[in-house]
Amino acid sequence: MALPKENLLQAYRQMKTIREFEDRVHAEIMNGQIAGFTHLYAGQEANAVGICEHLSGEDTIISTHRGHGHCIARGADVIGMMKELWGSSEGLCKGKGGSMHIADIDQGILGANGIVAGGPPISVGAALACKIRENNNVSVSFSGDGSVNQGTCLEAMNMAVVLNVPAVFVIENNYYSEHTSINYAVGTDDLKGRTEGFGFPVFVADGSDFFAVYEAAGKAIEHARSGNGPAGVFCEMGRFHGHFVGDPEGYRSENEVANLRQDSCCLKNFRASVTESGEIDASELDAIDAEVMALIDQAVAEAKVAPRPTPDQVTTDVYVNY
Amino acid sequence: MSQKTMRDAINEALHQAMAADDSVFVIGEDVAGGNGSGGTVGCAGGVFGVTTGLYEKFGPNRCIDTPISESAIVGAAAGAALVGMRPVAEIMFADFIGVCMDQIINQMGKFRYMFGGKCKCPAVIRFSAGAGFSSAAQHSQSMYQVMTAFPGLKVVVPSNAYDAKGLMLTAIADDDPVLFFEPKVLYQEACEVPDEPYTIPFGEAAMVREGDDVTVVAFGQMVGRAAAAIDSLEEAGITCDLIDPRTTSPLDEESILESVEATGRLVVVDESTPRCGLTADIAAMAADKAFHSLKGPIKQVCAPHSPVPFSPDLEAEYLPSVEKIASVIRGTMA
Repeated sequence: MALPKENLLQAYRQMKTIREFEDRVHAEIMNGQIAGFTHLYAGQEANAVGICEHLSGEDTIISTHRGHGHCIARGADVIGMMKELWGSSEGLCKGKGGSMHIADIDQGILGANGIVAGGPPISVGAALACKIRENNNVSVSFSGDGSVNQGTCLEAMNMAVVLNVPAVFVIENNYYSEHTSINYAVGTDDLKGRTEGFGFPVFVADGSDFFAVYEAAGKAIEHARSGNGPAGVFCEMGRFHGHFVGDPEGYRSENEVANLRQDSCCLKNFRASVTESGEIDASELDAIDAEVMALIDQAVAEAKVAPRPTPDQVTTDVYVNY
Repeated sequence: MSQKTMRDAINEALHQAMAADDSVFVIGEDVAGGNGSGGTVGCAGGVFGVTTGLYEKFGPNRCIDTPISESAIVGAAAGAALVGMRPVAEIMFADFIGVCMDQIINQMGKFRYMFGGKCKCPAVIRFSAGAGFSSAAQHSQSMYQVMTAFPGLKVVVPSNAYDAKGLMLTAIADDDPVLFFEPKVLYQEACEVPDEPYTIPFGEAAMVREGDDVTVVAFGQMVGRAAAAIDSLEEAGITCDLIDPRTTSPLDEESILESVEATGRLVVVDESTPRCGLTADIAAMAADKAFHSLKGPIKQVCAPHSPVPFSPDLEAEYLPSVEKIASVIRGTMA
């Protein structure tokens, strides 16, 4: 599946934006600038971008506690996201959601989600709406390897088959549910087979390779969009940071993260691929790097001085009316 | 206008809402029934028959049977509502909230707040609720008292067929998530119910009886028992206001307080359990806001701190009886 140059540049820009956003948020948290629990997506960018490259219009996604990457890939405003992390009333969710609940319904982002496997049933509902309305949209739920052991994920997968809805289950295996390895927590060695046992196809990709993810996602999304019911995408890729910022990461083996950054970096892989093929000149990617850095700098600068919520806002937005 | 049971009144509301708005659909276990069998699809219409005829009228895309997967049912309703549909999901028994609590309280109830007011989740979840059918501990709880505690959700408990129809039509049109608890012992109780659609606003109590001596607040199936208790005291010269809030969230505090200020006595009646409960909530509210009007202690009549028993003898003891309610009301006059 050859992508036009314009799309390649956009994909690179999004992956780079996620990486810089996450690395900068990490630094700002360590500086004491951002409150709360934050789970970073650095290292997994190719997955979010490779999937969302196939989405448009009223297609929806629902994300996880590690949601910044999915939101950026689906088109959330980066400055609004940064302001949200700072708890400003100008944040994407007026400072009421924070890192784990960033959402933008108008962009098709039904929210990051603080509950592991909270999203898949909701995505099935959005997909059911597509079926009832007889449009050809799809709904994608991102989940981690931890979510595959939650009942809600399994209920959602079965229900999606029974109702024959265009739900796409993306499972991002970053090897750990919090501090516990997938080797311990998933009872089967054949998670793909276990999932296909629900009755839908699962396409597997190296999550550090944008092109592999893009291709697998294309097959899954086309399957769902064509009225054939749900499909799955499994991607494997390590996360570069801990489960949360501040995680001492005692579960890592020696040099694990250094090796990941060296050998499994989707940005490096992408750059090598498109420059070696001659599709894109390195200078064009360098220019995007500079623009992304400037955007993240601007986002942080604006977030630092963005207005704080006022006390009366504690009790607004609970209901439409009450 | 004709006599209709609460079952038929709610069924009529669903028919009318679905006919009026294409975005309304029902989803749940056996809301049609018979799917995949050798028999007839649409044979069930819900385990209590509340969704009867919807499959035949509106077809499989709007009367949707599901596997027994309560989390997925509530999640599907929540997700569809987020993108503009108006689902009415059925959770067969309120007790099954135990297996889908996350989707109710952490997901649909919090979307709007977490997302900074930039979404609506107009989903209705229906439950059969309450004791009285010897359905034992896992099919008899009221549960609305628990769910009232969660901001972001609206909670409805009708006490008669007329209210049930109007409240259901309000619930479906409402832009917030609504939990609709149907006292199962009332499904067969009938009263006059208009044929045409009508709505009853949330947060407006019904004044079921008017009197001078005691304010009685009761919910759901206890409204009828409280009315019978009050009627039995007439001979003794005791008259009461009987207030049915109809929705526990929002709660019509004003009607309760106005009445308490006039009578100076308050008895709160519900079939739910006492700790951190609905009767305690109303009592605390009145003690806080109408203390100086009170002539004596506020009394609560509710279930004991125990699961709902199976044996009809024990269940009869568990539920507040007409006699017990009357005795407590009389006691406040002593």
